[in-house]
Amino acid sequence: MTDLLCKTENLQITFPHRLGDFVAVQGFDMEVRRGEIVGLIGESGAGKSTIGNAIMGLLSHPGKITSGNIYLDGENLIGTSDAQMAQLRGRRIGMIFQDPMTSLNPLMTVGEQLSESIALLQDIALPKAWAMAVDRLDGVGIPDAEKRMDQYPHEFSGGMRQRVVIALAMAGDPDLLIADEPTTALDVSVQKQVLDLIRQICVKGSLGVVLVTHDMGVISETADRIYVMRHGKLVETGPTEQVIEAPSEQYTKDLIAAIPSIDRREDRFVNPPKKTGEIDQWLLKGGPAHNDGDYLTTSALTKDFSIRKTSFWGKSSSFRAVNVEALTIKRGEVLGLVGESGSGKSTLGRILTGLIKPSTGSVSFGDHGALADIKSARARKALRRDVQVVFQDPYSSLNSRMRIDQILAEPIQFHGLAGKAEMGHLVGALLERVGLPADSGRKFPHQFSGGQRQRICIARALSVRPRFLLCDEPTSALDVSIQADMLALLMELRRSLGLTMLFVSHDLAVVRQVSDRVAVMKAGQIVECQDAEALYNAPGSNYTQMLLDTAPRVGARNTSEQIN
Amino acid sequence: MFEKIRSDFWYELLNSPVTVVSSFIILMMVIGCTAAPIFAPHTPFDPATISIMDNNLPPVWEAGSDPRFLLGTDLQGRDVLSAMLYGGRISLLVGLGAVALSVVIGMAVGLFAGYFGGMTDAVLMRIAEIQFAFPPILIALLFNGILKATLPADIFSQAAVPIMILAIGLAGWVQFARIVRASVLVQRGQDYVTACQAIGLPTFSIILRHITPNILGPVLVLAMLQIAVAIVTEATLSFLGLGTPLTEPSLGALIQIGSQYLFSGVWWVVIFPGTMLLVMVVAFNLVADWVRDYLNPRLR
Repeated sequence: MTDLLCKTENLQITFPHRLGDFVAVQGFDMEVRRGEIVGLIGESGAGKSTIGNAIMGLLSHPGKITSGNIYLDGENLIGTSDAQMAQLRGRRIGMIFQDPMTSLNPLMTVGEQLSESIALLQDIALPKAWAMAVDRLDGVGIPDAEKRMDQYPHEFSGGMRQRVVIALAMAGDPDLLIADEPTTALDVSVQKQVLDLIRQICVKGSLGVVLVTHDMGVISETADRIYVMRHGKLVETGPTEQVIEAPSEQYTKDLIAAIPSIDRREDRFVNPPKKTGEIDQWLLKGGPAHNDGDYLTTSALTKDFSIRKTSFWGKSSSFRAVNVEALTIKRGEVLGLVGESGSGKSTLGRILTGLIKPSTGSVSFGDHGALADIKSARARKALRRDVQVVFQDPYSSLNSRMRIDQILAEPIQFHGLAGKAEMGHLVGALLERVGLPADSGRKFPHQFSGGQRQRICIARALSVRPRFLLCDEPTSALDVSIQADMLALLMELRRSLGLTMLFVSHDLAVVRQVSDRVAVMKAGQIVECQDAEALYNAPGSNYTQMLLDTAPRVGARNTSEQIN
Repeated sequence: MFEKIRSDFWYELLNSPVTVVSSFIILMMVIGCTAAPIFAPHTPFDPATISIMDNNLPPVWEAGSDPRFLLGTDLQGRDVLSAMLYGGRISLLVGLGAVALSVVIGMAVGLFAGYFGGMTDAVLMRIAEIQFAFPPILIALLFNGILKATLPADIFSQAAVPIMILAIGLAGWVQFARIVRASVLVQRGQDYVTACQAIGLPTFSIILRHITPNILGPVLVLAMLQIAVAIVTEATLSFLGLGTPLTEPSLGALIQIGSQYLFSGVWWVVIFPGTMLLVMVVAFNLVADWVRDYLNPRLR
């Protein structure tokens, strides 16, 4: 058993609280061998990051290990002093964090940070360390490494920055690498490269890697063995193929089933419409009788953002965030809008809903006419009632100082859709319609989970009886199992209420499940726009093809042989 | 803030003995001073009740004292304890009033500047910066001086307290405007504000009903700190003879009166009001510190 590197034994981690101790991790056993990537997967709150931090000796206050052992190369880490742990960190155990923006010092050049770490951890002189740092940067795949040593972190792209973070984690030649959601903040096309790099480092240096993530696709493509966690306990473990293809526990099965597939459109997100209750009649009141023709048409649109002048005398320049040809959304259709971060998809979404004005071009609505012609307060109000938005972040999109019933009643009251007398009943019915208890109205937003908050956001959007719904990454902040419920809810509402939707997302698999047509954006432009099935089966552009190829798939593992 | 108070407020408060003591002191001072006519053993500024025969009596624990005067008397035979309670009432009134004025002006400016941005922001914040270049004492002096010259003497002496509130309040709004503007900039970027815009709510109602409750935390902390600053500013002005008249002295004026006799052995006339001012200011600062920590989830 010489290749056994790290082992946890009956690990229990507790966060003391005055209302009783919270046990974050309970009875957790894990083994990591050299040259192996171990995947630690679970939904938020499963305790997976806590384990990573515990091995590093970096548990956040007041958490502590209450029982169990952690062995590194046969040596028990429990009971080592803080000073000894500090010696181990970097030299024996390296860590890669999620956000490459915040894990580098913005005021030091990449070369300074890397060479300083190498000099300190390997106890060598700085000039020599500098030369080694160039080698290391080269090793993690940064082109022109020598030149880039003198650049600051902000001059690197997200993927390149994460490569620097990996080089930094490797500065002390550790035996064990803990990667905590290393690709969650990255676009899919970059994600694959970073994962390949981690695998390469693992195999070449025969390191043990613990990959902590919530993304089943990432883990099934990268890890050799998987530990599935839930509520701080181990659910299931085994080789990747076994766990993914023949899971033995129900939780794992549900987890895998909840992942939307990029390769086909599945039926389970398309529930048949429920029997329409009283609330649906209310929601449909005042809607147009017909449901054909175009809901929204645009001319060619651009949106420029001005960039701050670099010097006092400098010319002010601008950045073209959106530059698209004419676009139409038909009544009752779901148009998916996909693109990587910075592609301008959110900006386009906000232009199409009239929340920001385009620099050139015009948006016009079938029922309301051109946006630029809507001048009177009354016409504006009618448009605002028709067009609603569901945002990505369920935490910032609810006012934390207001009760849920106040949040839902305000729009109804403002648009005069119901009197005070029926308000309480109506709010309860709306909440029930989105799958929450009718009496949730008395609570404040912080008393709900992310998924529940997103349901409240949907209820708020519905409360004004809209015809058009912009969903701006509505499921990106949610766990997969909740994402599946949310997509099912949105699709069911769309069927029952005949909503027209613009569904903005970076996740191609999610978009495939919900959209009738899909537009792909890159650098402000629409690369292609066609029927969803046609686009996924036979993409019309190389860019779309590349996005489809790099998206992580469950059950499509890269083996180490493929890399070498 | 408010939903938090219900669950954790008492727990966090009782976990900090310093804050409990400070709040208790503030509470006692506020009760004692506002109800000065009830609690004070004498009416120090009513000539009918004071006798020159009682002048310069030491506190009761010193030799030659009179049990009627707990903390001794001053040169004119006024009871020091009573004078302190009446004086503290003026100090607290000026402190609270001035801060209330600063909060109202500062929040209005900060909300507008932060929400609308652009030209509105630039103009309002430049005005604030110009104002900030003048020290509060200077503004108060200027204000006081102008009114003293323009108003008849009897009206001026009666209007001393409102004038002080106005002078100190006008000098203190800039800090509130800045902190409010910064908080509004953060809140404006939140999705719930965009959601309000999507619903079509009028700007005015978005600012007042949605943004304002979310920025009250930092304003509350700054207000607590500024009460202490305003009390000290008032004391400074009164000490310089620009504040309350000697017939109706605030704590600052009492200190000024007492300081003239400090070296003649009549120490109690200056030490007691001075100590009261010190304790009051320190207590407000300590409570403000605790409120700041309490409202900052990262420190808990």
